[in-house]
Amino acid sequence: MTNPADRRYTIEHEWIKAEDDHYVIGITAFAQDQLGDIVYVELPKVGDRVQAGNAFGVIESVKTASDLYAPISGEVIEVNSDLVDQPQAVNADPYDTGWMIKLRAEDSTQIEQLLSAAQYSEQTGE
Amino acid sequence: MGSGAPALLRTPLHDVHRRLGARMVDFAGWDMPVQYPSGIIAEHQAVRTACGMFDLSHMGRVYVRGPDALRLAQLCCTRDLSRIPAGEAAYSLLCNERGGILDDVIAYVLDAETVLFVFNASNRESDAAWFSQKRDQRGFAAQVDDQTLATALIGVQGPTAQSVLQPICNGDLGALPGYAFLAAVEVAGRPALVARTGYTGEDGFEVLTFAQDAEHVWDALLSAEHVTACGLGARDTLRTEAGMALYGHEIDQHTNPYEARLGWVCSLHKPEFIGRETLTVMKAGSPARLLVGVLVEPGGVPRPGFPIVHANQPVGSLTSGTFSPTLKRNIGMGYVRRALSEPGQTLHIEMRGKLVGAEVIKLPFVPHRARPRAKITPEERPHT
Repeated sequence: MTNPADRRYTIEHEWIKAEDDHYVIGITAFAQDQLGDIVYVELPKVGDRVQAGNAFGVIESVKTASDLYAPISGEVIEVNSDLVDQPQAVNADPYDTGWMIKLRAEDSTQIEQLLSAAQYSEQTGE
Repeated sequence: MGSGAPALLRTPLHDVHRRLGARMVDFAGWDMPVQYPSGIIAEHQAVRTACGMFDLSHMGRVYVRGPDALRLAQLCCTRDLSRIPAGEAAYSLLCNERGGILDDVIAYVLDAETVLFVFNASNRESDAAWFSQKRDQRGFAAQVDDQTLATALIGVQGPTAQSVLQPICNGDLGALPGYAFLAAVEVAGRPALVARTGYTGEDGFEVLTFAQDAEHVWDALLSAEHVTACGLGARDTLRTEAGMALYGHEIDQHTNPYEARLGWVCSLHKPEFIGRETLTVMKAGSPARLLVGVLVEPGGVPRPGFPIVHANQPVGSLTSGTFSPTLKRNIGMGYVRRALSEPGQTLHIEMRGKLVGAEVIKLPFVPHRARPRAKITPEERPHT
């Protein structure tokens, strides 16, 4: 699995990518593979504030449930509502159509603390 | 894992699982595949629509042999095995004197002096010890022979299971009713016992081989078209949809057969078996609680241990819970008091602090399609 170099990563297996004036967040290919078949994703509402390092949602596979952690602090400006009916998109396409939320950052320098693709790949031994 | 943890047991198919890219987990002390790269949902669907294969070699396979083998089996089993002819198997419980369930088992009646038991992996040693203890107390002439490590058990399950197995089996599977077995056939040229039994609700077979033949037989079966290797994850979603109890979840030493809706395997007409007196009393009074199936509103997946709530009061907890790949709904099982057990009863499941609606429905969630067993006529009872 190749982790795209155009974004940053957390040790909790989220990715975050700058896009126009906001950031897109999802989980990594490694994370979806570890979870297995994803059947439910619980996301925050537009307008909610999320705090770096805190849970912003829950993802569930057939076997297990896992919290989703915010890589940076900010305000939710969009959620991927397609995941309500198509949670398996996270398995099929974790880096694109399987995205979860879009954030307006409180402090965009927070992203510099996060892992590069190469550092994340090292973490997961991929 | 601490350095003091004992090494996990490996089935004769362990190398095969690694070769197929399975994700392995510790299950009752065995290193077992929970899923293959195809994933639990694809594996589950394979069994419902075509054919899936399972390594069941972690389950206990214990022969009770000797002149008093049937007497010992009859003493320990709640079910009347005298009604099961040689060549047929029966689902039964082992109960203690208090009517608590020690295990649920399949007893394969091989002949008048041999019964093969398949035990849950977690109960293998305690069950074998229980049989030996009862034998010694009664002075029965019977040997309790644990052949688990010398053999393998492969499940071949699904609507096309017979067309997968028949081309490489020299016995006539078409003529085999549910719960019947062929004790001495060949599969892929290796000696095997083939039984029309399973734990998925579908038609299918369980193939017992010697350990050294397991990989050869597995590969021969898996090379057939449209056969999918399935792990314990799919095994659990399949049996839950089928409304089947899992030891340690729906049943244990603290549950009784009647509340688990397993009274049909308690043959109280049998003059003697362990637990009979208590079970007779239990049957006379209705159980205070009953096992029910619940269909849960869309949302998070209900998991074992989640509280069942009625009128804002906890009234039980889920013994099993999963996303149902067949129904595409969330389902669960658990015990509630009798008054709340009728289909249509609305309840709530507490999921991480939130109440989600649920409705009691009649089990099973997905109708069984396993072949029925042959009618047992009096002249077919060699042991009576």
